[in-house]
Amino acid sequence: MSATLPPIEVTPEQRATLAGSTTARAAANAKKRLTSPLASVIAVLLAVLWTIPTFGLLITSFRPEKAIKTTGWWTFFSDPQFTFDNYSSAMNSSGTTGMGTAFINSIIITIPSVVIPICLASLAAYAFAWIDFKGRDFLFVLVFALQIVPLQVTLLPLLTLYVKAHLAGTFWTIWLSHSAFALPLAIFILHNFMKEIPRELIEAARMDGAGHVKIFFQVMLPLLTPALAAFGIFQFLWVWNDLLVALTFAGGGKVQPITVALANLSGTRDTAWHLLSAGAFISIIVPVAVFISLQRYFVRGLLAGGLKG
Amino acid sequence: MEVTGKLLTMVLAILLFVAVVGLILFIAGKVEHRRGNRVAYVFLFPSLVMLAVGLLYPAARTIYQSFFDAAGKAFIGLDNYQTIFTSSDQLLVLRNTVLWVVVTPFVATAVGLLYAILVDGARAEALSKALIFLPMAISMVAASIIWKFVYAFRPDQPGIKQIGLLNQVVVWLGGTPQQWTLNAPLNTFFLIIVMIWIQAGFAMTLLSAAIKAIPDDIIEAARLDGVNAFGMFRFVTLPSIRPSVIVVLTTIGIGTLKVFDIVRTMTGGNFDTNVIAYEFYRQTFNASNQGLGAALAVLLFILVIPIVVYNIRQLRASEAR
Repeated sequence: MSATLPPIEVTPEQRATLAGSTTARAAANAKKRLTSPLASVIAVLLAVLWTIPTFGLLITSFRPEKAIKTTGWWTFFSDPQFTFDNYSSAMNSSGTTGMGTAFINSIIITIPSVVIPICLASLAAYAFAWIDFKGRDFLFVLVFALQIVPLQVTLLPLLTLYVKAHLAGTFWTIWLSHSAFALPLAIFILHNFMKEIPRELIEAARMDGAGHVKIFFQVMLPLLTPALAAFGIFQFLWVWNDLLVALTFAGGGKVQPITVALANLSGTRDTAWHLLSAGAFISIIVPVAVFISLQRYFVRGLLAGGLKG
Repeated sequence: MEVTGKLLTMVLAILLFVAVVGLILFIAGKVEHRRGNRVAYVFLFPSLVMLAVGLLYPAARTIYQSFFDAAGKAFIGLDNYQTIFTSSDQLLVLRNTVLWVVVTPFVATAVGLLYAILVDGARAEALSKALIFLPMAISMVAASIIWKFVYAFRPDQPGIKQIGLLNQVVVWLGGTPQQWTLNAPLNTFFLIIVMIWIQAGFAMTLLSAAIKAIPDDIIEAARLDGVNAFGMFRFVTLPSIRPSVIVVLTTIGIGTLKVFDIVRTMTGGNFDTNVIAYEFYRQTFNASNQGLGAALAVLLFILVIPIVVYNIRQLRASEAR
């Protein structure tokens, strides 16, 4: 029986403590009890249920328009018809629905919306974590509490401000909004990570006569890379996938991102499945690529208490 | 705007903020020898300004606006709030929001927990988890389109084939195709499924980490006592991960309260599927009823607070233990 035992996934630390001990075998046995055939069937069923909707649309995006509208995507397997036409018409379609332009807008919106809050929040997080100043606790609780303010509460007054400042219809409205909305979470995550850096390290640097600026650059930033990555991915996915902020500040304009273009297409041309399916996949490619390649940091960020909704 | 022009603006924006950080650090370097710990305010300055202008002021402004009429001119007290709780349209919006918030967190967490337990230690665990987790990386707009296609409907006539998977399954089972997103009140549940599909992966990831953190000797002790699979779940797993379950439930609950992308993309809020977060958007930007829109946004805020407070209290309680 032992040959069919499923391998247990353990972290290197766990593996080190378990190596050579009998507890590993005992734990494996305990786990095996849960892995009954029925359990496997349910797990596979769930995995299939979760994957098939996306898979169906992916197949659809490569089928000719006429085939999409007359038969189900599953007929692809008995009658495979393959085309890239949907992708080229989705990218090039004229007017504000052009996915190509919207795709570029998404990139231009997302990069500064990730970089700006990281720059500002790392400064603030450092002050909260390592400088003892008057009003620190009050300000930190305030920033923490701001995480729960729903974006809806801020949109109209911000739009009015942007119009007054002649920023309406430019990328600046979206960059500034996303940056401000991200700060509470960014400061919170970065603060938590900074707090974990051993005090001795900071004190040693101070003994050597290093000021806060030097410590920030030479001690903090290098150690902070995983935290910056964790928050960066959060913010990237959040901004890339956002509809509400983009719709409010860039809806219908020349700066609209791909989510808005897609949502509009879905509303106005409900039956244009060839455009919708291809468009949806153009919008999915970037976040999924980022997500898959940097998954480890993303999960670490989740577990560090970085929750955004 | 040309692509190069856009890219240039983007690079300029980034450089501007990097310069701000440089300037702040330069000032901090000058100030810290003379003013000691007050240098902290220099570090905090740009963030606090942004938070004040981008969150605090607008939030206060919206709360104030919620006591005014549609045009934002005449003070009408609590009338907007009264409208929310008396007009039949708004009551329907409230009912749907309650449905979303009651159903989504529990089902998504249950599915996530079940899956986390089933694949824990199984072969290809990482891949199995990625399959469930992946919808989280997708925008709600794209997710809605994916599911709109699952729900797609073709009239039940000879020679016409279904293109949506759900209706095809119904036909294969000998049933009649349905307009899943059109028929209230069931359509709200079909929209909720999309949110569950997105959030189950989030629940699964956090709960899976919590399950892996349960010490092996506890599991072994229970096993030696002859506890079966269900007993293991009931008396070992569930009590150990209780704090994580609460965090997951509340986080999904808060996210669900604010969801509007799915409703907007799938039904446009029609056919009795509207929720507070989308009704806010409609009133503010389409129906030009600023006052009512503001009141809905404030209501959203008020509804989030108790969930967060409960979450924090539970966390405190589990830390104190």
